[in-house]
Amino acid sequence: MQQVLVQEQSKRRFGLVDIFVLLFAFGLLSFLLTFGKDMRAPFFPGQTMQLDLNQALLPYYAGRSLVRMFLAYGLALLFTFVYARVAAYRPQARLVMLPMLDILQSIPVLGFLSVSVTGLIRLFPGSIIGPELAAIFAIFTGQAWNMTFSFYYSLSSIPKEFNEVAAMTRISAWERFAKLEVPYGMIGLVWNSMMSFGGGWFFLAASEAITVLGTNIRLPGLGSYMATAITQGNMQAIYASIFTMIGVILLVDQLFWRPLVAWSQKYKLEQSEGEAAESWFLNLLRKSLLVGQINKLTAKQVNNAATRFRRAQVGINKSRSTYRANAQRVVTWGLILGLLYVAGKYVVVGINLVLQLKGSELLTPLGYGTLTFLRVLCSTALATLWTVPVGVAIGLNPKMARLAQPVVQIAASFPANMIFPFVTLLYLNFQVNMGVGSIPLMMLGTQWYILFNVIAGASAIPNDLKEASLVLGLRNLDKWKKLILPSIFPFLVTGWVTASGGAWNASIVAEIVSWQSHSLVAPGLGSYITLATSEGNWAKIIWGIVIMALFVVLTNRLVWRKLYAVAQEKYSLG
Amino acid sequence: MADTLITLQGVQKTYGLPGNNSAIVLADINLTVKEHEFVAILGPSGSGKSTLLRIIAGLIEPNQGLVSYRNQTGSGFREGIGMVFQSFALFPWLTVLENVKLGLQYKDLSPQSKQNRALEVIDMIGLDGFEGAYPKELSGGMKQRVGLGRALVMEPDVLLMDEPFSALDVLTAENLKRDLLELWTEQRIPTKSIIMVTHGIEEAVYMANRAVVLSRDPARIIADIAINLPHWRDKQSKPFVEVVDKIYSVLTLHQEQHVSYKEEKMKKDIKMPNVRSGALTGFIELLEDVGVKVDLYKLGEQLSLDLEEFLPIVDAASLLEFVRVQAGDIELTAVGIKFAQATVLQRKELFREQILQNVPIIIKITATLRSKSNGRMAEEFFSNILSGQFGEEEALQQLNTAIDWGRYAELFAYDEHSGTVYLEEN
Repeated sequence: MQQVLVQEQSKRRFGLVDIFVLLFAFGLLSFLLTFGKDMRAPFFPGQTMQLDLNQALLPYYAGRSLVRMFLAYGLALLFTFVYARVAAYRPQARLVMLPMLDILQSIPVLGFLSVSVTGLIRLFPGSIIGPELAAIFAIFTGQAWNMTFSFYYSLSSIPKEFNEVAAMTRISAWERFAKLEVPYGMIGLVWNSMMSFGGGWFFLAASEAITVLGTNIRLPGLGSYMATAITQGNMQAIYASIFTMIGVILLVDQLFWRPLVAWSQKYKLEQSEGEAAESWFLNLLRKSLLVGQINKLTAKQVNNAATRFRRAQVGINKSRSTYRANAQRVVTWGLILGLLYVAGKYVVVGINLVLQLKGSELLTPLGYGTLTFLRVLCSTALATLWTVPVGVAIGLNPKMARLAQPVVQIAASFPANMIFPFVTLLYLNFQVNMGVGSIPLMMLGTQWYILFNVIAGASAIPNDLKEASLVLGLRNLDKWKKLILPSIFPFLVTGWVTASGGAWNASIVAEIVSWQSHSLVAPGLGSYITLATSEGNWAKIIWGIVIMALFVVLTNRLVWRKLYAVAQEKYSLG
Repeated sequence: MADTLITLQGVQKTYGLPGNNSAIVLADINLTVKEHEFVAILGPSGSGKSTLLRIIAGLIEPNQGLVSYRNQTGSGFREGIGMVFQSFALFPWLTVLENVKLGLQYKDLSPQSKQNRALEVIDMIGLDGFEGAYPKELSGGMKQRVGLGRALVMEPDVLLMDEPFSALDVLTAENLKRDLLELWTEQRIPTKSIIMVTHGIEEAVYMANRAVVLSRDPARIIADIAINLPHWRDKQSKPFVEVVDKIYSVLTLHQEQHVSYKEEKMKKDIKMPNVRSGALTGFIELLEDVGVKVDLYKLGEQLSLDLEEFLPIVDAASLLEFVRVQAGDIELTAVGIKFAQATVLQRKELFREQILQNVPIIIKITATLRSKSNGRMAEEFFSNILSGQFGEEEALQQLNTAIDWGRYAELFAYDEHSGTVYLEEN
């Protein structure tokens, strides 16, 4: 039975709730209109961009950043639906698409920022929309892959019976998508969306303020505000931006994700005993007469449209199905060949560029890569060291787990790069070697993934095993060795994979930090790419990214995948 | 004179419910277990058998009363007690040998002798050759052998077993029961006493030499029956069937008493047995087919239902006064016979009359709905009220059953989408 707060139809009256909803909708609309206009402001390469640090402008900046986040999320969602469906239903395409997704997932997104910024500036000359799109693209690439994976797995695990019913009732592709695929994948999709969105803030903070080819780009937003405050050494502005950031994260969590999670509960297939997610905002919306009416109206329209569309489609299917199939084939192949041509052309260009580098220049990134690799390992190990005892303590205590989970989630969403200036000041004061100092910086953002997973693992330890260890009298060390560590191991591996992937990404911003005119640089692949980007040295940028991607893919294949197999084989509680 | 191993004095266990209420699970349990006793604890589902076993083990602390083991009280798990779990509780990442050796972790033995003892036990429980296997490679029966081995290797004085055979299929369970009984009766294990929680009456009479029967809501000991039959026991023999019958009648007699005090039951909402109306009507039809008066035990066996499934149906049928239960026999009442022979529509009508006379929860739901002008009410309203009495989980089950019965009787209906219960318009 659903635990839904229901108001009886007859009792519904237009009330305060509706006024609230109306105001909310109006605010949202005007907000979008203003920002849509501002996003097309003029911009020319070489132009110096200044950001006003007036704190009254912070809500505006927060709004701009939010629009970027949501546009990127919308794109990621669209990508997810298209990519996952094609991969799920076309076996030939799947052969290429799945490994490609795997590689895309392991490539450090931030390394590409320079490439996409320059490309998009050329595509939209004289307008800020180029860098704007580049920032959105960077956030998108940080969000899309795991959402796509989640939806793909949901699609491929739809029970055979459902597919047979869909075939039998001959529902259209749209109905199949809306009534079967999306509901089936909803829980996983919402969950992964929330995680992705949280991770997106990091990319937002890193991509709004970027130096490309000697030009300082400062897109109006929270990330740029922070960056400007850092160069000016304005402490007050830094605090202000951090508080605004936290506020925005909380707001999005309360007004968007919580309601979505609560709403998606109705798609739960199995009736498991668990926390029924609640959202005050969703309850409010459900109480509103206005929302109810709009809901009904749109549902009706969409249904009508779908039926009409389907009727039309059936007609066409009958008369010219072979023609349609042929046309489709031509279009598909045309698209594939076109993509191959474009991709091939740029691969050749890239190879030519890299070949301009001398032998020693080709080898230095390898050494840097090893250094960064060691830092990634150290930061992951360091994070494990504190998160395991803390996470286990929280996870074994259900009450604490319930309280801690949302807090950890918010903490994980907060972009770690906004903490960097404080650490930088500390390092400058105490003359810390950046080679070591960049390790905690990397850890700042990635430790949460491990903590999250450890909590989940510890709270999933079955009760009978806990009782059995009590009966057997297992004490401290033995309890850890025989019960706790093995039970959380699969979760720990998942955390490690995510955390180390995040650490590679973080290296781009964590190996080189600055305060006013001081810069601290750690020799490594991340700083190599960042420096090459601001110099505008294309050969170095491309070669650096290739090496980094190689490192990531190789560690994934050689280390994480093996550990994952061990975890599945030996330590799964199934 | 045999030594006393375990004593429970006035043990009570309550669980907190929302809104300052609490449910008493175990009330005033007094029990003494001596050497050479194989005690079976029996009772209807949800009666707190497993809770009782965990209190004996020291895994759960009682709210009131004393538990002593060899005249020593104290909290925490008691040394000298071994336990076998319904779900086996094997560590999936340890091999059979490693799992068994866990029981020897803190014994003062050299590693070599630990190894030897573990291997001996593995041999004894018939898992020779599987020492290096992981639990997931084993069948359910073999897993439970490992669970048994892990408990036995500790050489416990008291072996506690929580429904050890209920997760196994019939043949595997039979096999394991025989093997365990052989170890016990031939005294090949140093265990001095076994306490087993079970819901199989036959299983209890086959294995144990004492059956302790619990009631429900709250659990009290309602019978303590000695089973003095020599092993191996023949399940078809007259003495065997007599003991089984006796336990059956204790269990059902108590249910009957539970139902017969009409005034009392109106004061407090009695729990409805969670039985679907379909199962109930099927049961009554079947009763009419087999005859007027039947032996409950034989009927249960004939339907191949175990106690957990069978008792609630009997309970529900007698709550609605379709049947009368007496001394282990069950008989259709006049209403019951009328119901069995009625048409579909007449049946609904009879059912409606019976639930409106006998089921307080349904009476209250109907009254509430009738008092509303639109005849609708959110289900949360009812589940909140019920959870004050039964706890959240049971409240939902009660409401589910009430809705099922109400739907069948066409008293009220339920809209899943909006989660509202509403009156049927007639």
